[in-house]
Amino acid sequence: MAGTEPKVTLDLARGLGLTADEYDRIIARLGREPSYTELGLFSALWSEHCAYKHSRAFLSRLPTRAPHLLQGPGENAGAVDIGDGWAIVFKMESHNHPSFIEPFQGAATGVGGILRDIFTMGARPIAILDSLRFGDPSDPKTRQLVNGVVSGISWYGNCFGCPTVGGEIAFAPEYSGNPLVNVMCVGLVRADRIFRARAEGVGNPVFYVGNKTGRDGIHGATMASATFDDEAEAKRPTVQVGDPFTEKLLLEACLEAMATGAVVGIQDMGAAGLACCTSEMPARSGTGMEVELSAVPQRETEMTPYELLLSESQERMLLVGARGRDEELRCVFAKWELDAVKIGEVTAGPELVVRHRGEPVARVPVDALADGPRYDKPHAPPAWLAERQAFDPLSLPEPADYGATLVRLMSAPTIASKEWAYRQYDQQVGTNTLVLPGSDAAVLRIKGTRRAIAVSTDGNGRQVVLDPRRGGALAVCEAARNVSCAGGRPLGVTDCMNFGSPERPEILWQFAEAIDGIAEACRALEVPVVGGNVSFYNETSGQAILPTPICGVVGVLEDAGRLATQWFKATGHRIALLGPDAVSLGGSEYLWTLHGRVAGRLAPLDLEMERRVQSAVRAAVQAGLVTAAHDCSEGGLAVALAESSVSGTRTGAAVGCDVTVERGRRLDETLFGEGPSRVVVSVEAARQREFEALMAESAIPWRWIGTTGGERLTVRAAGRVVVDVAVDRIEHAWRSGFERHMA
Amino acid sequence: MRFGVVVFPGTWSDCDFHYVISEVIRQPVKYVWHRDRNLSDLDCVILPGGFSYGDYLRAGAVAGKSPVVEALLEFVANGGYVLGSCNGFQILCEAGLLPGVLMRNECLQYRCQSTNLLVENVETPFTRGLRAGQVLTMPISHGEGKYYADPPTLAALKARHGIVFRYATADGQVVKAANPNGSVENIAGVVNETGTVLGLMPHPERAAETAMGGTDGLLLLQSLLGTLVEDGTFLKR
Repeated sequence: MAGTEPKVTLDLARGLGLTADEYDRIIARLGREPSYTELGLFSALWSEHCAYKHSRAFLSRLPTRAPHLLQGPGENAGAVDIGDGWAIVFKMESHNHPSFIEPFQGAATGVGGILRDIFTMGARPIAILDSLRFGDPSDPKTRQLVNGVVSGISWYGNCFGCPTVGGEIAFAPEYSGNPLVNVMCVGLVRADRIFRARAEGVGNPVFYVGNKTGRDGIHGATMASATFDDEAEAKRPTVQVGDPFTEKLLLEACLEAMATGAVVGIQDMGAAGLACCTSEMPARSGTGMEVELSAVPQRETEMTPYELLLSESQERMLLVGARGRDEELRCVFAKWELDAVKIGEVTAGPELVVRHRGEPVARVPVDALADGPRYDKPHAPPAWLAERQAFDPLSLPEPADYGATLVRLMSAPTIASKEWAYRQYDQQVGTNTLVLPGSDAAVLRIKGTRRAIAVSTDGNGRQVVLDPRRGGALAVCEAARNVSCAGGRPLGVTDCMNFGSPERPEILWQFAEAIDGIAEACRALEVPVVGGNVSFYNETSGQAILPTPICGVVGVLEDAGRLATQWFKATGHRIALLGPDAVSLGGSEYLWTLHGRVAGRLAPLDLEMERRVQSAVRAAVQAGLVTAAHDCSEGGLAVALAESSVSGTRTGAAVGCDVTVERGRRLDETLFGEGPSRVVVSVEAARQREFEALMAESAIPWRWIGTTGGERLTVRAAGRVVVDVAVDRIEHAWRSGFERHMA
Repeated sequence: MRFGVVVFPGTWSDCDFHYVISEVIRQPVKYVWHRDRNLSDLDCVILPGGFSYGDYLRAGAVAGKSPVVEALLEFVANGGYVLGSCNGFQILCEAGLLPGVLMRNECLQYRCQSTNLLVENVETPFTRGLRAGQVLTMPISHGEGKYYADPPTLAALKARHGIVFRYATADGQVVKAANPNGSVENIAGVVNETGTVLGLMPHPERAAETAMGGTDGLLLLQSLLGTLVEDGTFLKR
């Protein structure tokens, strides 16, 4: 076999994505030239995707501590304590590159990968959310990508049996060559039964479990660490192929095996497959590992050690068992008709020794692999930023017809109902989903307790491109505000950082600023970052995506019976607007939809105010005082009101409203301007006094702005009716706005 | 009444049915593994939703030949009750315990949504607590729920009142707009000749608690238990 392997040279190393400097470091670390197989190990584990070379220096700025935190970054997923002995395990990951090349399988295996991250921790997955970004919605290529991605998610999640309960879909031309597929998974586990990806106990057996290994996905991690050119589609063979049925069996088998007590540690074979697990697991435990590759179950013939180590075949795990309990483990996997093969054992270290048919093919210190290089590359704000920020949206003309403008915004594909997508997802399996997709946050009950969790994802690339630091902070604030609107107290954040090439100073600057913004918001809201991932190189032919950090927040409701949804429930409820008045058309949906511009300055963000508004909303929801709560985001106050009017789960059950707003600087800014810390709530007239008393305690600005009811949405300003539209018309625009692009 | 919930590799509504039976209607219930053939200690077998054996062939095709489904023939012959929902309905058709087949949804996409079901036959053990013409609300979640039977089979099915549920509007109109998957004549659920085997695409276990948005699904299980019928509670609905 060795005879057919390419000779190891600098050129070969470069071809595998390593730099000349990195190649020298490998030689220095080993004290010799690496073998071809060893070079493969380094190329995968030192890829940006696995080693976070460009991002690690910045990621350490994120706050990762909290009293209720059970597991922070560094494991397969993070975990928070939700009380009553239960923990929530969660994480979000990107699968952007594969999804552009092959949308269906790319998205499907994105779901598969994050599900495994959750159940390797011993948790049963209870919810999936996905944040998707695509290019121009009227481009046929976009339609094909949306269709492929949504059906891939639907196929994998539905067959596996985990409900998809939320997420978001937004469009901007910058994503046309690089769509984003970020999938978050949430799992439930007893707080004292969390498993970790560790290889402890010298002499403990190492098992390969799950699907057989093929040649699919070799160099997936390396692919995710480079930009695309026009030849991207030729990389289709590096996209893995999913098998949700095997994943379901693997879930049941792993949880059953963990219950026996014979599992010491376990890790998902995700990016860089066996190479990653066999080095990361011992590296975390200060041990070593010895494996024999010919024992690996294979579904193709004549696979080389290089291919076996780097294959990203799906639905596989590496499991370290307790010595002497091999048979118990094998029985569990046999029941679920899965392979569980002993391929090696934990050693005292410090090396990973890989053999093939008895011959050593790699012998590398585990920390050399696990500790990739770290770069502190130059970063600087882009030259165009100041000019773009200096644009004043109020230099544009005011719309002639505010009602028509509202209808147009409601049908904008980023704002319009996403039912077309989520009706393809099972939303209820597990019978925990108390609030289905379509509200600010999904809510799931925790059976056997009175508790529930609220989950939401958010991120707005337009805001981040104009002000990466504030935009990053807003991603945390919005996701947390959504959770608070449902009544949940935010407990943790997972973040998926989607950016262009970090080798360009302005991209790295956007990244660093966004991280700082996220860190500031997390500190102010007292929520730790529990994990996530960084996806760089989202560029095609030099065109980078909008910098897009997506944040997923999990919160807890002590009483599942006290939750809120975003839609108005009945006539005659008083409507209040909580939070500050400051809004801006800079970076708004209005500015994009009506004028095709992404420019201007964002509204100021006062993190202390944000915290107080969220806490006031939660208090009102928990006291059962509000009949609806909805945060003001894309489209501003007018769109928030319109959404509350028409987004009830039943078509035709819309509830109109009549509100009066302060005129502000200009009406378009007041109605459609976007600003943080703003929430619309409705309150039964009989509970008005109680609500007022609660708000008085909360020390936030707020006021009554109107009443629900009727078949029209009416807005008055300065004694004049400025919007007066039939809710049916708004509802139709909102329900059809996304779907019309998909037909 | 003793219930058994069948678990195939790939089944996922098993836990939800188990929860409703044990925690909501509080009846004895156990899981039945797909290799088991002994059903003698059960009164009612539930075939729940999911993707049995991955359903990579035709939905329910492999499960229809499994040991536990083979054992169902005798179980049914001895008067046992069988409720198949979603994948369970597909399996019952594939096994020949119910007529017809379930094909890919007409829209060619998966559908998870709320549906309204018009009750047509109240002479079965699963529906005897209901009124003919009553409309129930239950969610569906499937990619292959388009019921089809050839004309003679369909005629025979109708002649024996084998159609139990049809997709309808909230006020009971059986119209195309209310049909989520293109099934023939809006058929959502059918029974066998003795009325002891019911298959339906909707998920009664997901409509069994107020917190989950409705309790119409419970009516099927409660009818089966017969408890409420005897005190007349149902008949007043």
